[in-house]
Amino acid sequence: MIYREAGQFKDGYAADEQIFPIRQDRYGIVFILVLAFVGVPLIANDYWFSAILIPFLILSLAALGLNILTGYTGQLSLGTAGFMAVGAFAAFNFMLRVPGMPLLAAFILAGLTAAAVGVVFGLPSLRIKGFYLAVATLAAQFFIEWVLVKFPWFSNYNPSGVISAQPMEILGYAFDTPARKYMLTLCIVAVLALAAKNMARCETGRVWMAVRDMDIAAEVIGIPILKTKLLAFAVSSFYCGVAGALWAFAYLGAVEPAAFDLGRSFQILFMIILGGVGTVLGSFLGAAFIVLLPIFLNVFAHILLPGVSSSLLSNLELIVFGSFIIFFLIVEPHGLARLWQIGKEKLRLWPFPH
Amino acid sequence: MRKLTVGLKRAALCVAVGGMIGAAGPAFAAGEQFVPVPIYRVGPYAAGGTGIFGGMMDYMQMINARDGGVNGVKLTWEECETEYKNDRGVECYERLKKKGPTGATVFHPLSTGITYSVIERATADKIPVISMGYGRTDASDGRIFPYIFPLITNYWSQSTAKIKFIGQREGGMDKLKGKKLVNLYHGSAYGKETIPVLDIQAKKYGFEVTHIEVAHPGNEQQSQWLQIRQIKPDWVILRGWGVMNPTALKTAQKVGFPADKILGVWWSGAEEDVLPAGDAAKGYIASGFHPSGTDFPVIQDIQKLVYGGGKKGNMDDPRRVGTIYYNRGVIHGIITVEAIRTAQEKYGKKPLTGEQVRWGIENLNIDDKVLKRIGAYGLMPTLKVSCLDHEGGGGVKFQQWDGTKWVVISDWFQTDQSIVRPMIEDSAAKYAKEKNLAPRDCAKEAAAEGKKKS
Repeated sequence: MIYREAGQFKDGYAADEQIFPIRQDRYGIVFILVLAFVGVPLIANDYWFSAILIPFLILSLAALGLNILTGYTGQLSLGTAGFMAVGAFAAFNFMLRVPGMPLLAAFILAGLTAAAVGVVFGLPSLRIKGFYLAVATLAAQFFIEWVLVKFPWFSNYNPSGVISAQPMEILGYAFDTPARKYMLTLCIVAVLALAAKNMARCETGRVWMAVRDMDIAAEVIGIPILKTKLLAFAVSSFYCGVAGALWAFAYLGAVEPAAFDLGRSFQILFMIILGGVGTVLGSFLGAAFIVLLPIFLNVFAHILLPGVSSSLLSNLELIVFGSFIIFFLIVEPHGLARLWQIGKEKLRLWPFPH
Repeated sequence: MRKLTVGLKRAALCVAVGGMIGAAGPAFAAGEQFVPVPIYRVGPYAAGGTGIFGGMMDYMQMINARDGGVNGVKLTWEECETEYKNDRGVECYERLKKKGPTGATVFHPLSTGITYSVIERATADKIPVISMGYGRTDASDGRIFPYIFPLITNYWSQSTAKIKFIGQREGGMDKLKGKKLVNLYHGSAYGKETIPVLDIQAKKYGFEVTHIEVAHPGNEQQSQWLQIRQIKPDWVILRGWGVMNPTALKTAQKVGFPADKILGVWWSGAEEDVLPAGDAAKGYIASGFHPSGTDFPVIQDIQKLVYGGGKKGNMDDPRRVGTIYYNRGVIHGIITVEAIRTAQEKYGKKPLTGEQVRWGIENLNIDDKVLKRIGAYGLMPTLKVSCLDHEGGGGVKFQQWDGTKWVVISDWFQTDQSIVRPMIEDSAAKYAKEKNLAPRDCAKEAAAEGKKKS
């Protein structure tokens, strides 16, 4: 009943082609955006901004990038963190070496640099598939980390190989407080998420999905496989690159290549598996699950189990976190986004399921 | 009715939990000084995290029990698990920075990576960061890093002491000419930090140094040690951390490299680093700024007041009291408490803000008299911090593992500031330029202080 679209008539192509064809979804998304842009800044404090919301948004963006490649195009990748590292170091170097470089331009250039690197490492995808491609992208992960460590030029000859991000400023407006950094991150993530949603439902996305579902069939009906796959690698790496730049500039402030290690790649891969492969919503849900759950467990554990030794609690957190992952994978192997979809269908009939 | 009580209980729980997640946190009494504890109890570096923070918390607990706090101001703390990860460390910093009546007093990141990530945040929040024996080396220049204190000795100073020690072992600094050294380092910000200073010393003394990286966490080093065997170095400097250290010692034994020619840094010289290596560790030398053991009045006080009578302290395994990591943690506690004490002399005996404690750290002067008063004579080097020098000029001792315990084999080695200081000032100046910072004028500040006093 709540979700019934009865009475919503589409009286033109434009209405039929909307991103959210159901009115309830439109209201929902407007509500979420208003909440994120207006509500959250009113109620959240610095801790929420700088320790929870910003990393959540940035990792959502990275998961979105990986979802374009793995979820929509079916190319398994373990190089996500490597592409993030390219983005972070590229943005740092553009800001450092080009006088008067605007921040957003540096982010875009960082994304494009990551895209270029992604295309290079995407080339083998024409010949290798599935797990073998995962191993090939693993090479990207290790190679990028090694290059950034090996050549001190990338970190401007810092003895520890750490880059410290320049202050963020757009047209004289400084993004220096957590709330402002949050707004900047939110704007970038919102725009890129909208772009991803649109890409997924227009020809680009259809072509990606055709390649994912069966690449030979896609080739037979005239889809250029190499171009499609490389485009997916480029777009995906662009997203990851921007996410990496934000990770350095808006979140940590100082990063070393080790912050983008294989563990991070796996973390992002788990986000999309748990959140929902091949959905935009899933990237956000998965990031929320992986980023926020350990923190909540850490906070809750000390409140709910007072007097239990801290080292037991720390290990317990990992165990509980692991069990949650297994639980959700058993209950819904298609991820949290699919749970939401099932919920929607149930709500459509509720309370008269017959 | 039952339903109502259940509902009420739930609501109460929600409110309680919601309050916890917000920055409010548990209630602290007004006369308390809060110290955050960003510990890591899980992961490959857990031995360091539990040992050092365990020692620090035990010391603070002992101060509360014995003296009723620092001049009557009780110390409180709260743990937060970082897993030695930068992003979790930042989360912990943000979570704990506003707790207590005056906010976080001083932050010990206990990770070079986390130190880098909080430098700007802490400077903006006016919370001093003590990175004792680790962290960003050029932060020793207090004119540019007012809130960061890489106390006792930073990585570069420590490296000069190590080369002096090798020189002494070889029979004089001139004998270093033509010698071959390998710097086997952990592939992280921490590991890489000494590469430039070793290169400069290599040029100065005429030895050859090869830098070989071990990727985090370092539990596989076969290829690195085969490379070392080809180079045939006179000494290997082991710049490891956590599980990398015993692996290095075991692999060295496998390729036939003598353990007494491996020189560890002080993050490679704890019991936890050598015990898993068993036999392979015998004869291995590591540097340190403090010995192990419980023969110090301060450690005995902890044993009596924190663990005595079957009480539980902050160590799961009380046998670890007196180990290297534990004693380092006690020194963390001592410096925290003495900094607060120093600041109290100026600002009064009440809970102080981070900004006030920063002054306390910068004017810290731990001489032999103070060490004797707190019962830590011989446990740590003397320390004198100033606006210009945020390191405090500590010394380095060398210790050898005899198969069962660490034996101190040298006196305090002084560091070579003629090499280190210009590098630090260069590097800090570069940072200031990148960030557009104006250095503080130490002479002017000192003059202003003097005027106020008279």
